[in-house]
Amino acid sequence: MAEQARTAPAARPLSPHLQTYRWPITMATSIAHRATGLALVLGTLVVAWWLLALAGGPQYYDTFSMVARHPLGQVVLFGFVWSLTYHLLNGIRHLAWDIGLGFDVHAANRSAATVIALSLLLALAVFAYAYAVKGLYP
Amino acid sequence: MSVQTPLARVQGLGAAHTGTGHFWRQRIGAVALVPLAIWFVCSALALIGADRDAAVAFLAQPVNAIAMALFVIAALNHMSLGVQVVIEDYVHDEGPKIALLMLNIFFAWIVGAACLFALVKIAV
Repeated sequence: MAEQARTAPAARPLSPHLQTYRWPITMATSIAHRATGLALVLGTLVVAWWLLALAGGPQYYDTFSMVARHPLGQVVLFGFVWSLTYHLLNGIRHLAWDIGLGFDVHAANRSAATVIALSLLLALAVFAYAYAVKGLYP
Repeated sequence: MSVQTPLARVQGLGAAHTGTGHFWRQRIGAVALVPLAIWFVCSALALIGADRDAAVAFLAQPVNAIAMALFVIAALNHMSLGVQVVIEDYVHDEGPKIALLMLNIFFAWIVGAACLFALVKIAV
């Protein structure tokens, strides 16, 4: 029996990975930090397009505005803004850890929830401001 | 053959000979980006609903042009350092890994050059 197990190892993961654990909130924030960082790579293209459209002249800027105001454009922009607020706030959390602050389990859990809530709130506030105060509807 | 012990080999700058350089540059960028990203979000808020002329006038002001240039440079530098780690974590075949690591650097250069060119054209 033992010998058979050695010759034909079961096809189970050698090291338990993402799909095996119930996610602690700190694991979710860590993964989201990397995911939002990658999303911000696309965000640099949005900023580059905005700057190039501004420099190019009215006809280029009209195209940019039209795409940005389209519902799909608004979804992309919301993703960009939330990625930015999340990566910024969670980045500050990482910098605090680097100097040894808030590294115990309870503090890390609490700051994780704070960062998720605050980043969503900030991103929603930006869009609420655009829609309600500035009267911009996509 | 080296007579160094394994410990001696990794002391100082370590086995990769770059020490904590990558970590440190990533943190310098992160610290710089805290005020710069806050400035960027505030500026974007101020420009919501503004037309092209207002946005051009805003970026033509020296303080805003310089802040925008710093934001772009710091963000792209921080980005390529971060994406480098992602590539090193997930891509293990030597060929594709080296190609992606080069592409990562080129991407930052190209986007950076485009942004700075646009900024100069707007501000001058």
